Amino acid sequence: MIQADLNIILPEVFLSVFAMLALVGTVYTSKDRLGPLLVWLTAGIMALVALAIASTGSGETQVAFGGMFVDDGFARFAKVTILFSAAAVLVMSEDYMSRNGLLRFEYPLLVVLAVVGMMVMVSAGDLMALYMGLELQSLALYVIASLRRDSLKSTEAGLKYFVLGALSSGLLLYGASLCYGYSGTTLFTGIVAATAESDISVGLLLGLVMISAGLAFKVSAVPFHMWTPDVYEGAPTPVTAFFATAPKVAAIGLFARVLHDAFGNVVGDWQQIIAVLSLLSMFLGAFAAIGQTNIKRLMAYSSIAHMGYALMGLAAGTAFGLQALLIYMAIYVTMNIGTFAFILSMQKDGKPVTDIASLNMLSRSQPGKALAMLVLLFSLAGVPPMVGFFGKLYVLRAAFDAGLAWLAIAGVIASVIGAFYYLRIVFFMYFGEEQEIGLDVSKSPVMSSFLMASAIIMVVGVANLFGLEGLAAAAAQTLVQ
Amino acid sequence: MDTLLLSIVTFVPAMAALILLVVARGEDAAAGLVAKRFALVATTATFIISLFILWQFDPSDTSFQMVEEADWLLGLKYKLGVDGISILFVMLTTFMMPLVIAASWGVNTRVKEYMIAFLLLETLMLGVFMALDLVLFYLFFEAGLIPMFLIIGIWGGKERIYASFKFFLYTFLGSVLMLVAMVAMFAEAGTTDIPTLMIHEFDFADMKILGLHIVGGMQTLLFLAFFASFAVKMPMWPVHTWLPDAHVQAPTAGSVVLAAILLKMGGYGFLRFSLPMFPVGSDVMAPVVLWMSAIAIFYTSLVALMQEDMKKLIAYSSVAHMGYVTMGIFAANQQGIDGAIFQMLSHGFISGALFLCVGVIYDRMHTREIDAYGGLVNRMPAYALIFMLFTMANVGLPGTSGFVGEFLTLVGIFQVNTWVALVATAGVILSASYALWLYRRVVMGDLIKESLRTISDMSRRERAIFAPLVVMTLLLGVYPALILDLIGPSVEALVLNYEMALGTAETSTQLAASH
Repeated sequence: MIQADLNIILPEVFLSVFAMLALVGTVYTSKDRLGPLLVWLTAGIMALVALAIASTGSGETQVAFGGMFVDDGFARFAKVTILFSAAAVLVMSEDYMSRNGLLRFEYPLLVVLAVVGMMVMVSAGDLMALYMGLELQSLALYVIASLRRDSLKSTEAGLKYFVLGALSSGLLLYGASLCYGYSGTTLFTGIVAATAESDISVGLLLGLVMISAGLAFKVSAVPFHMWTPDVYEGAPTPVTAFFATAPKVAAIGLFARVLHDAFGNVVGDWQQIIAVLSLLSMFLGAFAAIGQTNIKRLMAYSSIAHMGYALMGLAAGTAFGLQALLIYMAIYVTMNIGTFAFILSMQKDGKPVTDIASLNMLSRSQPGKALAMLVLLFSLAGVPPMVGFFGKLYVLRAAFDAGLAWLAIAGVIASVIGAFYYLRIVFFMYFGEEQEIGLDVSKSPVMSSFLMASAIIMVVGVANLFGLEGLAAAAAQTLVQ
Repeated sequence: MDTLLLSIVTFVPAMAALILLVVARGEDAAAGLVAKRFALVATTATFIISLFILWQFDPSDTSFQMVEEADWLLGLKYKLGVDGISILFVMLTTFMMPLVIAASWGVNTRVKEYMIAFLLLETLMLGVFMALDLVLFYLFFEAGLIPMFLIIGIWGGKERIYASFKFFLYTFLGSVLMLVAMVAMFAEAGTTDIPTLMIHEFDFADMKILGLHIVGGMQTLLFLAFFASFAVKMPMWPVHTWLPDAHVQAPTAGSVVLAAILLKMGGYGFLRFSLPMFPVGSDVMAPVVLWMSAIAIFYTSLVALMQEDMKKLIAYSSVAHMGYVTMGIFAANQQGIDGAIFQMLSHGFISGALFLCVGVIYDRMHTREIDAYGGLVNRMPAYALIFMLFTMANVGLPGTSGFVGEFLTLVGIFQVNTWVALVATAGVILSASYALWLYRRVVMGDLIKESLRTISDMSRRERAIFAPLVVMTLLLGVYPALILDLIGPSVEALVLNYEMALGTAETSTQLAASH
């Protein structure tokens, strides 16, 4: 029995053991000098694990530890996305981190531990596993947010994230205890059974609301988004890139799992909550980003808006909605990796800059990069023919099919408002004044290749989304019975 | 017959753009000249290949021809085809593009990017006219905003940034509502195939939303969503305000593309979607649209009269002329729609030529103020002649193509609503006033302005650009059957289906009422 259980969580075990061995190994040897090597090694291992998960996935659902840990198509899809994006972000950060003297050996190891937490989150079949995964992830993230110890902003980011994160964990735990109290079990399967007649006791409902609030904090949905801009701005840029990708996938994956696995019988009770979260996130993200002058803050609001669209897929409460959600997240992560590869390569006189105005006339000095960024920005705005448009199309369709036409209409209007701030970046890159040259020419091949690859995917992917549609459909099917 | 002709025509310019992007190097004049020549060759080749489409096209067959189909995502299809309504827009696009490129010979900044933007734009415009899948249509329709945004923003005039943002956001807002409507249609009909949707009957039972009683129900709502997009694109009064800004700030070639082709997408959309797919909705809304058109014709003609900027004047005249088009379309009879299509094509040549006329003197004097000119006929006789021809065509003088379109739409509307016809006909007089007054101020009189003493007449390149436009304007003016025979059967089928759909809708409503 234990043997079979361990087989199912083998990827998580493997990554944890790797992290601990590497920790011990580096502490007793040369510490930070091994940083670059460790970054590449970690990224390689995560990519390998992702490939292993993708190739061994038989499609059937396996359950370990009496239902606490579920390994199904949905979890595998999310894990592969998380692992690949984390690996990509690690590789991208190596150059930036060592240039700025931030490359401590703990960094890649904390990322691995956070990733293990995320993998547990998307596989959780029980409130305990949920909390365990979430905290493992969060604690690692709090630390890397304040990785730049001597910077006031970075420390502030870490502290703010920690305090607000603790608050949300408290909400979540309170909700979990209510659920336990009113259903007598922490297992999702048990909670679903307690609501079998599609009626839900007030206690469980309160638990549902509390858990939703806690998770909304993790996906930075409005009105639980306040930490996002500060943390994005304060954290070192590679860490911001990480925050914007893998944890978002994990949190929204967990959100989907809780709502569908534990509260799948009472879709009507949570649909309106999610729809309102989605609506607020889309509009606040769109409006608040307009005034930003720092590209990292802008990306924070952009990610809030994007989470709003992803939640639209979740609000549908159908298998198609989940498929749309998964496709949206995969596209979102790809776009963000490309965009952050660009932001990481922004520098002036050898110092990193994040001011949007410094992009002035980039199309003159670096036409290739400016063009790739142009493609990504239009994709983020959801303008066809870029792939970002299809992400929106899927969630709109899902919302419409679920009778949320008002949400779909609100979503497209928010996307027009949002288009403005993406266009503003294009404006700086292409329409600026000739005399000033903003940025140095950065010669990092890693960054350029991520940027270019991401931009090319945004254009070429229009043909068939690289088969993502079928994979996401199969993954979504396992969660909605 | 299974050919890839349509795909080839559509994607040749895009491939050329890709080659330019990857291969072309350098910023100097020589590299620029290579890019210009390459773009000219590519667009001319596209035009020549597109002649095969015209050659293979059978006007008597009213279904879609040369259809290509392949599966795509989400149950969507990559499907292209042409019928009597779309083929001439395809031809208009491929015909105008080489002229547009040739008219851009004076561009000296970022020539490579400029040519890439125009080549991509051509692909996207052709895609709009050929797409037979809702989402594919939307994709091309929206994607066209990106190159145009860049063309106005990078190569435009002083206020280019304001104009480019206004252009983008205005049209984007219009079309996202259309996207929601498309999703709704997809959900209801289960397909995005345009030919299937054209015979699908959308629900038209009256409904109540938020206490509002909506006659024509679903169809009216869908109609309004599409209307939001096409009316902005057309542009119709009162959502036309982006056009004068965009036109004035865009470089000459950008204005030509905008006036000659991009504006036609709105009219094409009405014919392809609104009338056949939502006949009841169209019928409910037709009076409103007709009066909006009449106001557009009358009001924007008056506004045009008072402009001091030549491009702005022509831009307002475009809005007025598009008023005839919407009027003809929603008259929904054979003459009206024939006239509307004819008017769109003829306006493509005429307004394109007028913007080129402005471009000719702008290139020399770098101002578009009407007051800065006067008496040009003394130094530029050839220019004066050509400008006169197109001014007259714009007024709608018999013998030019402008007359046929206006006349047919007026005949069409007279059978439906004589009051609208009355107002629109009065607009013809106004259009004569502003156009002739413009001509009088710019070309006639004595050459008293010191700065104009050395102005030179048109070069051989410029004359070569105008030649095809002159030929087309006169040819269509004296022999309109050339066009009408091509579009006739398809328009007839469209009108017939529209009336049949309205007929069945009426019977079923009566049946429902009697029960």
